[in-house]
Amino acid sequence: MEIMELTALELGREIKKKEVSVREAAQAFLTRIAQTDKVLNSFVTVEEEQVLQRADEVQSALDGGASLGPLAGVPAAVKDNICTEGIKTTCSSRILYNFIPPYSAQAVLQMQKQGAVILGKTNMDEFAMGSTTETSAFGPTKNPWNTEHVPGGSSGGSCVAVAACEAPYALGSDTGGSIRQPSSFCGVTGLKPTYGTVSRYGLIAYGSSLDQIGPIAKDISDCAAILEMIASYDPKDSTSVKRADCDFTAALTDDVKGMRIGIPTDYFGEGLEEEVKQAVLQVAEVLRQKGAVVEEFPLSLVDYAIPAYYVIASAEASSNLARFDGVKYGYRASAYDGLHGMYKKSRSEGFGEEVKRRIMLGSFVLSSGYYDAYYLKALRTKALIRRAFDAAFEKYDVILAPASPGTAPKLGQSLGDPLKMYLGDIYTISANLAGLPGVSVPCRVDQNGLPIGVQMLGNCFMEKKIIRAAYAFEQARGRWQAPPQAQRKFEKETVSASADDMQRKEKEMRSASAKDVWKTEVKTVSASAGKAVD
Amino acid sequence: MANKISDETIEYVGILAKLELSDTEKEQAKSDIERMLDYIDKLNELDTSDVEPLSHVFPVNNVFREDVVTNGDERARLLENAPAAKDGAFQVPKTVE
Repeated sequence: MEIMELTALELGREIKKKEVSVREAAQAFLTRIAQTDKVLNSFVTVEEEQVLQRADEVQSALDGGASLGPLAGVPAAVKDNICTEGIKTTCSSRILYNFIPPYSAQAVLQMQKQGAVILGKTNMDEFAMGSTTETSAFGPTKNPWNTEHVPGGSSGGSCVAVAACEAPYALGSDTGGSIRQPSSFCGVTGLKPTYGTVSRYGLIAYGSSLDQIGPIAKDISDCAAILEMIASYDPKDSTSVKRADCDFTAALTDDVKGMRIGIPTDYFGEGLEEEVKQAVLQVAEVLRQKGAVVEEFPLSLVDYAIPAYYVIASAEASSNLARFDGVKYGYRASAYDGLHGMYKKSRSEGFGEEVKRRIMLGSFVLSSGYYDAYYLKALRTKALIRRAFDAAFEKYDVILAPASPGTAPKLGQSLGDPLKMYLGDIYTISANLAGLPGVSVPCRVDQNGLPIGVQMLGNCFMEKKIIRAAYAFEQARGRWQAPPQAQRKFEKETVSASADDMQRKEKEMRSASAKDVWKTEVKTVSASAGKAVD
Repeated sequence: MANKISDETIEYVGILAKLELSDTEKEQAKSDIERMLDYIDKLNELDTSDVEPLSHVFPVNNVFREDVVTNGDERARLLENAPAAKDGAFQVPKTVE
């Protein structure tokens, strides 16, 4: 099998046996990215030289007998809202187009401690706000199963990188389904851990009470191994949880005998595509045949999760994104009037439409006079949703559900009606409100050739149960195939479209080089008006 | 129930959000917020009078540590990202006469 087709753990074993060198592995994926990314646009930044240099470092460490983890030397992609020291981190936003973090996120440090080689940074919806990866300032990412379709979002770039064999695994982040939904659309396995399991230090904040970093890979074994590596108690994240049960790979057993699985009947109503419904029920049947006890039950409150989420997430976003003001990093407008004018201009030009929409809504619901009616009401609803899950998990070990009401929509069909796009998050959003772990596992391909993911949710800290259920299902399903297009090299596909994208990407970068423009501006102002600007 | 956002409100929210919106953008923002609020009003169907707001899923306590500096001087590295810097400080337009 080719290097690119191996799972992360398989590749790690080959590297350990010295069948493949770390540089060879890195080079294979860099070559792959060079071939495919013109079309897919899943990466924002790839620093080839740094990658190869790091690969050699890890190789020397391995040769020197360093005891690194099972993924030592295996390349990885990282979502572009997770800080990487010395590597540009943009959140796919113009406002951070040139930001080079002086430090790495704790999750990245955890990976590097065990010998990870970071290939590059992946495209995403701007500031993780979106469900299609179309709100990126660097152009949309394409779904490798059919490049006319979106990959989902917001971790679209990370999911495409794994699906199209551009990276063996990737980190994503999940605030309302941003790991699970694109994993479902791209036919990869993506896990959102219990809130507090992976440090948020260095994750550029969107909705701090909901954000969580998690793994995206080819199968659940990889996800368990990656999570084992990145989970840590971190004093730098005040919501970090001390856990003693982070040996997630111990749960990789083909045994669901007696496991109680609940299917929420209220997830199977209007709006769910028939093929998705059948796919999920088939997974339930597979687990039942393996000895699980499967039951339907009413979860309740399902329709209240999305409105509560958008109040809370937008409120937190409006506060978190206040730090982008054109002073400390990123984009600064070239012409403005005074300090406040500079803040406003820089933000208005630097943020995209969806981000501004959420900042406005968030500022509104937090403003005096509306705070109680909207913000506190949403937090009270969150408490009720949490209680509904508490009741459900008294009866069930795992909740089985769709990850999304349908498969990946076509490009250009979602952004026109934001509210409709938000409704697509109905099956994933509650897990973030309640802090629950959840995983999306590919289960079949629909009649249009697009993958369908099944979602498994567990109670807080019960990752092992969903890992066990996912593993048992995978054993019955067999190895998941890469998209048919990924077997080919993408070269013949829509070259004109991709050329357009590349041009736009370059243009964006150039037009956004505000640093120099600002300096010119200073000179002009001082010369013409004789004013000091310090 | 149809929510109505006034011109004054959108102006005020724009100030809070530190965003400069064109007239077209203001109209768009008004209708976006109105539409979202109509949808969010669904929450009023729930009786939450006896429910405490839940801001974090787990009890969150202050995390204290000794106030000891553990990192080095990173001023120069931090300023590398600044759109404008002067004399080891961030440079901004003049704010006081």
